[in-house]
Amino acid sequence: MGSEKTTATATFHATRSTAAARTHDRVATGVLAAIVGLILLALVAIIGYIVISGLGKLFDWSFLTAKPEQFKEGGGIGPEIFNSFYLLVLTLLISLPISLGAAVFLTQYAPEGPVTNVAKTAIETLSSLPSIVVGLFGMLVFVLSCGWGFSILSGALALTMFNIPILVRVIQQALEAVPRDQRDAALALGLTRWEACVHVLVPAAMPAIVTGVILSAGRVFGEAAALIYTAGQSAPALDWSAPITSLANPLNVMRPAETLAVHIWKINSEGVVPDLVAVSAGTAAVLMVSILAFNIIARVVGRALQRRMTAE
Amino acid sequence: MNDGATLLTQEVTVTYSGHKALHPTSLDFAPGTVSALIGPSGCGKSTFLRSINLMNREIPGCVIGGRVIWHGENVNVADADVYRLRTQIGMVFQQPNPFRKSIYENIAFALRRHGITNRSELDEQVERSLRAAAIWDEVKDKLKESAYALSGGQQQRLCIARTLALGPEVVLMDEPCSALDPIATFAIEDTIHDMASKGICVVIVTHNMEQAARVSDNTAYFLLGEMVEYGPTGQIFSAPKDQRLDDYLTGRFG
Repeated sequence: MGSEKTTATATFHATRSTAAARTHDRVATGVLAAIVGLILLALVAIIGYIVISGLGKLFDWSFLTAKPEQFKEGGGIGPEIFNSFYLLVLTLLISLPISLGAAVFLTQYAPEGPVTNVAKTAIETLSSLPSIVVGLFGMLVFVLSCGWGFSILSGALALTMFNIPILVRVIQQALEAVPRDQRDAALALGLTRWEACVHVLVPAAMPAIVTGVILSAGRVFGEAAALIYTAGQSAPALDWSAPITSLANPLNVMRPAETLAVHIWKINSEGVVPDLVAVSAGTAAVLMVSILAFNIIARVVGRALQRRMTAE
Repeated sequence: MNDGATLLTQEVTVTYSGHKALHPTSLDFAPGTVSALIGPSGCGKSTFLRSINLMNREIPGCVIGGRVIWHGENVNVADADVYRLRTQIGMVFQQPNPFRKSIYENIAFALRRHGITNRSELDEQVERSLRAAAIWDEVKDKLKESAYALSGGQQQRLCIARTLALGPEVVLMDEPCSALDPIATFAIEDTIHDMASKGICVVIVTHNMEQAARVSDNTAYFLLGEMVEYGPTGQIFSAPKDQRLDDYLTGRFG
């Protein structure tokens, strides 16, 4: 065995010239760089178009705070901005604990077998469900059967439905990426699997979990189809002094709430205001900047959280 | 072999999803002694070690058979209190695996979970265990820094300190020096001697026979999932009884 190996090594001669190898490498590098360049170009073009079209409205204080107009020009999107963030926060408040629990159970507790396989298939199917289907399901169940009407609650639950599969998968992957020996170390110190999860695995997986939350939040923030039939298309004017049961109270979860993305859809499909092109462009720009702002905030919070938990 | 043994295994076996990984193994370990488990890779020595504190139970499909007698009582039972057992029988792993926490928290964390919440008591325990693992002087000024800022050898000693903090009577070590350089290795071996002199029973898996000869009082030789021979280290190395051990020592295989 040993002697065969030596012979094989001895008879091997490199037949490719160094120049050919170099050209090869250069061409590959060039092609990859071109692909990346193309993607970046498309991205910059889209973002640039949106920002430039909506630039006038982006820094217009009355547009950012006023309520929309039905027929006149000069309406704003104040309630829509608030509704979008409120729905996002509510959705995350509902979906994050559930997803975290599900991911912890699937990675740490459930034995490999039929249960986990069914759960994995279900999660994958749910995550590829068209959002319009989620919206219509939400309308049937939350709006009609539960009798909650077009409301923030119905909308948040519908968004939760398609947010959970994404979050579960991301958190599952994040937890699986934590080296096994971290868990072993905790167990060998006489800690329970639950303590190992909460105090060792989740902190170690925090950066990846935060990234997952940001990605899912971006999707939720930009979602329109699932909300048209659940949170509704009307945005009552908001008044912080109104009682909590009033439709005008911003925090009332039983009021209908049009979001930025739904607003874009609505004014483009049935809007009659004379300045609808400008309003639409401005709303799109605000939507994009909001997502960017949320990303930055989430990353800062995530980093602070990680530093507190891991001393890194 | 050890009259004062507080830890015995009787006919301990391990199967992974029906596949036999360890044949019935009966060994005994006394306080204040160091026992080495040697043998070629895949011989079952680590598998045996991880049965003593029932860590194998955490692997899906893995079943531990036989009896692990700890202070006269079989702990390999369905409703065993593994949480208490593992504070008494600690474990150090092959790769240094400090938690992604500060040096201080690496030790204080488990103490706190086990009910010590008094700040000054925690401080005291952290210092005592870091001193016991001979790493206090190197880390005392950076207790709040991440454990990952330490070198591999320091990380491993931190892991030993973390185990010692719970006041174990037995420390199981699974090739604790295989990822370390010679200087770090000798530092760990000094700590092993210290632990034994304080009455702790140390069981160490090693693939390094010189290390076994340096640190241990007794040595067990494993081969193909079977415990072949167990005896005083001097006798194991100079006068092996079993031909298979003799072959291993003279380098005819393994």
